[in-house]
Amino acid sequence: MKVLVPVKRVIDYNVKVRVKADQTGVELANVKMSMNPFDEIAIEEAIRMKEAGKAEEVIAVSIGPQQAQETIRTALAMGADRGVHVLHDGVVEPLAVAKMLKAIVEKEGPTVVILGKQAIDDDCNQTGQMLSALLGWSQATFASKIEVGDGELTVTREVDAGLETIKVKTPAIVTTDLRLNEPRYASLPNIMKAKKKPIEAMSPADLGVDPTPRLATLKVVEPAKRAGGVKVADVAELVSKLKNEAKVI
Amino acid sequence: MAIPLIDPDDLAFTLWRVLGAEALTHYPRFAEHDRGTFEAVIETARRLAEEKFRPHAAKSDANEPRLENGKVVLIPEIAEAVAAFAEAGFLAAHHDAELGGMQLPWTIQQTAFAHFKAANVPTAAYPFLTIAAANLIHAHGSEEQKRRWMPPMLGGRFFGTMALSEPHAGSSLSDVRTAARHLDDDRYAIKGAKMWTSGGEHELGQNIVHMTLARIVGAPAGVKGLSLFIVPRYRLGADGAPAEPNGVRLVGLNHKMGYRGTVNTALSLGDDDDCIGWLVGEPNQGLRQMFHMMNETRVGVALGAIMLAYQGYLESLDYARNRPQGRHPGDKDPTTPQLPLIEHADVRRMLLQQKAVAEGGLMLALDLALRIDRGNHDPDDTVRAREALLLDFLTPIIKAWYSDRALEANSNAIQIFGGYGYTRDYPVERLYRDNRLNPIHEGANAIQAIDLLGRKASMRDGAAFTAFLDEVDTALAEAEGIAEVDAIRAATQTARDDLAKTTVALLAKAPDIGPIKLLANAHAYMDLAGLVAFGWVWLRQAIVAARDLDNAPRGRPRDLLQGKLHTARYVAAWELPRTAQHAALLMALDDSVLSMRDGWF
Ligand SMILES: Cc1cc2nc3c(=O)[nH]c(=O)nc-3n(C[C@H](O)[C@H](O)[C@H](O)COP(=O)(O)OP(=O)(O)OC[C@H]3O[C@@H](n4cnc5c(N)ncnc54)[C@H](O)[C@@H]3O)c2cc1C
Ligand SMILES: Cc1cc2nc3c(=O)[nH]c(=O)nc-3n(C[C@H](O)[C@H](O)[C@H](O)COP(=O)(O)OP(=O)(O)OC[C@H]3O[C@@H](n4cnc5c(N)ncnc54)[C@H](O)[C@@H]3O)c2cc1C
Repeated sequence: MKVLVPVKRVIDYNVKVRVKADQTGVELANVKMSMNPFDEIAIEEAIRMKEAGKAEEVIAVSIGPQQAQETIRTALAMGADRGVHVLHDGVVEPLAVAKMLKAIVEKEGPTVVILGKQAIDDDCNQTGQMLSALLGWSQATFASKIEVGDGELTVTREVDAGLETIKVKTPAIVTTDLRLNEPRYASLPNIMKAKKKPIEAMSPADLGVDPTPRLATLKVVEPAKRAGGVKVADVAELVSKLKNEAKVI
Repeated sequence: MAIPLIDPDDLAFTLWRVLGAEALTHYPRFAEHDRGTFEAVIETARRLAEEKFRPHAAKSDANEPRLENGKVVLIPEIAEAVAAFAEAGFLAAHHDAELGGMQLPWTIQQTAFAHFKAANVPTAAYPFLTIAAANLIHAHGSEEQKRRWMPPMLGGRFFGTMALSEPHAGSSLSDVRTAARHLDDDRYAIKGAKMWTSGGEHELGQNIVHMTLARIVGAPAGVKGLSLFIVPRYRLGADGAPAEPNGVRLVGLNHKMGYRGTVNTALSLGDDDDCIGWLVGEPNQGLRQMFHMMNETRVGVALGAIMLAYQGYLESLDYARNRPQGRHPGDKDPTTPQLPLIEHADVRRMLLQQKAVAEGGLMLALDLALRIDRGNHDPDDTVRAREALLLDFLTPIIKAWYSDRALEANSNAIQIFGGYGYTRDYPVERLYRDNRLNPIHEGANAIQAIDLLGRKASMRDGAAFTAFLDEVDTALAEAEGIAEVDAIRAATQTARDDLAKTTVALLAKAPDIGPIKLLANAHAYMDLAGLVAFGWVWLRQAIVAARDLDNAPRGRPRDLLQGKLHTARYVAAWELPRTAQHAALLMALDDSVLSMRDGWF
C-alpha cells in the first residue's frame, strides 16, 4: 500500500512569535521555519509502516511557498520516498488544503493518509477531518497507536476520558497525536540520499482548486500579559478579593 | 523555553554572511552539497545535542565514572548519546562515501560539533577521540590497518584514545619512556606507563584503540625517537572481532575537577610482557604523525572552550533579564520595584565580555575551519600554502588566548548569578570547572605562547606573521569610510601597529639576547597577538553588520546587527588598548619575571 503524508512548513516551535506592528499577522521575515511537529510524527509512522513491510511507498506532500521544498526534503531525509510540492504563496485555509489533498489522493491512490492532528501555527485541527468528509473515507483522529491489519486499521485514540481503541476500514485518514512515536533524526547519509529523490511540482490550478481564503482576519494581537500574583493574609481577604476585585463570586 | 545551544541568528550571520561558507560547494569534493544539506546536517546535530547530550550533563557531572569489580561504570545516558551520534552518521561524516561518509567540509562538521560541545562536552569527547584516532590511522596507517580498524571505529563499535602523556612526561613529550621491542612485521612488544588517557577504559563498545606514543628500543632520545602504535584493548581474531586481552591494564581513574563524564585513566602496558602494538607508518615519525592533525585538534579544543563560554553567556543573559535586584545608583526610594540585573551597567560589562569572546571565538574557530578546508582543497597552490601559514600562526592563538578568555567569561557568568552561581543548583559553576581543563591540555598555554613567539612569528622569514598582518590590513582597508565601525577600525589599527613594531623589534634582538630572554615574556606577546586577532574578527563582523543594517527589518534582525556593532565598540574601548602596555613591556625586554629568584619567593 501507499501512504501519503501531508507536511506543513510552520514557524519553528522554539521561536518566540511576535505580532506584526500593523496587526495583520505574525512576523515571518527572517524567522526560523521547520516541519510541523505533528507532521514529523506522521512521517515517522509512515516510515515505520514501510520498514515493517506494511507499506511500499511513502509520499510527502506540502502546500506552500518555494521554501516548502525544504520541508519535503526533511521528510525525504527521514525516509519518505518522494515528494509532491503544490506551490502557493500566502495563506491557505484547511478547506482549500483538504480539497487539494483530495485531488492528490485521487491521483496517487494511497490506502492511508496520515496527517498531524493540527499545525502549531494556526492550531485549526480541521484538515484531516475535512479530507475524510470530502473523500468519504473513515477517519481515526488523535492516534497514539496504529496497527495495520488486513483492509483495516486498529487505532488507539487519545480522548478526553483516556484512550479509545477503534477499528476503521481502509482507505482511511489518520491524524497523529504527540505520543504516537518519537520521530527520528535525519541521518547524514540519508540527507545526501534525499537530494536525489524526486519532488513533483504543481500548482493549485493544476489540481482544480481555488485557494483564495474564505475567511478575513480582522486583527492579530499579543495575548494579554499576565498580571503578577499577590499574597493574601487569610481566607477572609481571599474571599473579599474574589468578590469585590475579581467579581467572580 | 530552554536556552539554545548557540544563538541561531548569530550562527547564521557568522557562517553565511560574514564567512560565506556556502562558497565551499564550488570545490569539486563538496560539489554534491548545497546550503540545504549543510543546514540539514547542522539541524540534525542541534536536535541530537539537545535531546541526547544536554539532558544528562549535570547528572554525569554529579556521578563521575567509578570502578565496580574492576569495570568502569558510566551513567547509561552516555552510551545512549554516543550510539545516537554514531547512528546519525557523524563519526564518518567528513570521509568518502565508501567509508560511510558524506564528504562533509570540515567547516560544517565543526559547526555541527559545536552544538555537541555546547550541550555536553565530556560525553562528546568519546566520539571526538574516536574520530581523531581514526583520522590518524586514515592518514598514516597501512592499507591493512585501515581495513581492520577504521570500519569498526567509524561504525561506533570500537572507540579511540590518544595515549601520549606519561606520569613524568606531560608538556615534555621528549621524555616519553614507553618502550617498543620489535617482534615481527609491524608488531612490537609494548611496555610502559601512560597517564591521563581520556576514555582509556569503559564498556561503551567492543574494543578501545589506543593511539600510543612509544620509543623503539635503540631509537634516538627526544621527540625524534618516538613512534606511533595501534595498541588495542583486545587483539582481533582472524574475523576482525575482538578476541583475547592485549595486556593493557587499568591502574586507576583520575578524579577530576570537571570534564567528569569523560573517564580519565592511568594505564599500564605490558606488565606481563603481553602487550602488542602495531606500528603506524615509519619508525621515529610518531610525533610528526600525531602533530599532522595538531592544528585541527587544537582548534577543536579552542572551540570547546568557546562553546562553554557561549553557554555561560546565554545562561547569565537569561538570568540577568529575570532576576530583580537593586536600583540605579542615585535611586534612593526603596518602595520602587527592584530592577532586573541587566539594568546595571556592570552586569552589562560582564555580558559584553562574554558575548565578545563567545561570538568572536565562534567566528574565529569557523574561520580557521574554512582555512583548513581551503588549505586542503583549493586548486591553487598559493592559496593552499597561504591558508596553511595563516592556520599555523592562528592556531596557538585560538588555543591559548581563547581558552584563557573563555574561562574569564565563565567566571563572569558565575559573578552575574551572584551567590546562586556559586552553588551546584545552576549550571554555570560546572561550565567553569569543565572549561578549566582547556588551558592545560593539548599543549599548556605557556607552551602555546612559546610556540607563537619562538617559532610561528619568525617561521619562513616571518611569512606566517606577514600573512596575518595582510589579512588584518585587508579588513582595515575595507572598513575605511564606514562611520559605524570607526571605533573598532581605529583601535584595531593601533593594536596591529603595536604587534608589528614589537615583533620586528624582538626578532631583531633575538640573536643577541638568546631564547630564554626572548621567550620570558611570551605570555604578554600572546595577549598582544590575541587582542589583534580579537579586533580583527570583530572588525569583520562590524563591517558586515553596518552594511546589512539599512535593509534589516525591525525587531530581532536589526537588534542582532546593532548588537554586533555595539560589541565591536566594547572591544575597541575595553579590550584592545591593553596592547600598548604589552608592547612597552616586551620592547623594554622587562626582566621582572625572569630575574626573580627561587629563593626570594
Ligand atoms: C582531564 C585531562 C585529560 C587529558 N587527556 C589526555 C589524553 O587523552 N591523552 C594524553 O596523552 N594526555 C592527556 N592529558 C594530559 C595533558 O596533555 C597534560 O596534562 C598536559 O600536557 C600538561 O602536562 P602535565 O600535566 O604533566 O603538566 P606539566 O608538564 O608538569 O606542566 C605544568 C605547568 O608547568 C608549565 N610548564 C611546563 N613546561 C613548561 C615549559 N617548557 N615552559 C613554560 N612553562 C611550562 C605550564 O604552565 C604547565 O601548565 C590530559 C590531562 C587532563 C588533565
Ligand atoms: C557560600 C556563600 C556563603 C554566604 N554566607 C552568607 C552568610 O553567612 N550570611 C549572609 O547574610 N549572606 C551570605 N551569603 C550571601 C552573599 O552575601 C550574597 O550571595 C551576595 O551578597 C550577593 O547576593 P546575591 O547572591 O543575591 O546576588 P545578586 O544580588 O542577585 O547579585 C548578582 C550579581 O549582580 C550584580 N549586581 C547586583 N546588584 C548590583 C548593582 N546594584 N550594581 C551593579 N551590579 C550589581 C553583581 O555582579 C552580583 O554579583 C553567602 C553566599 C554564598 C554563596
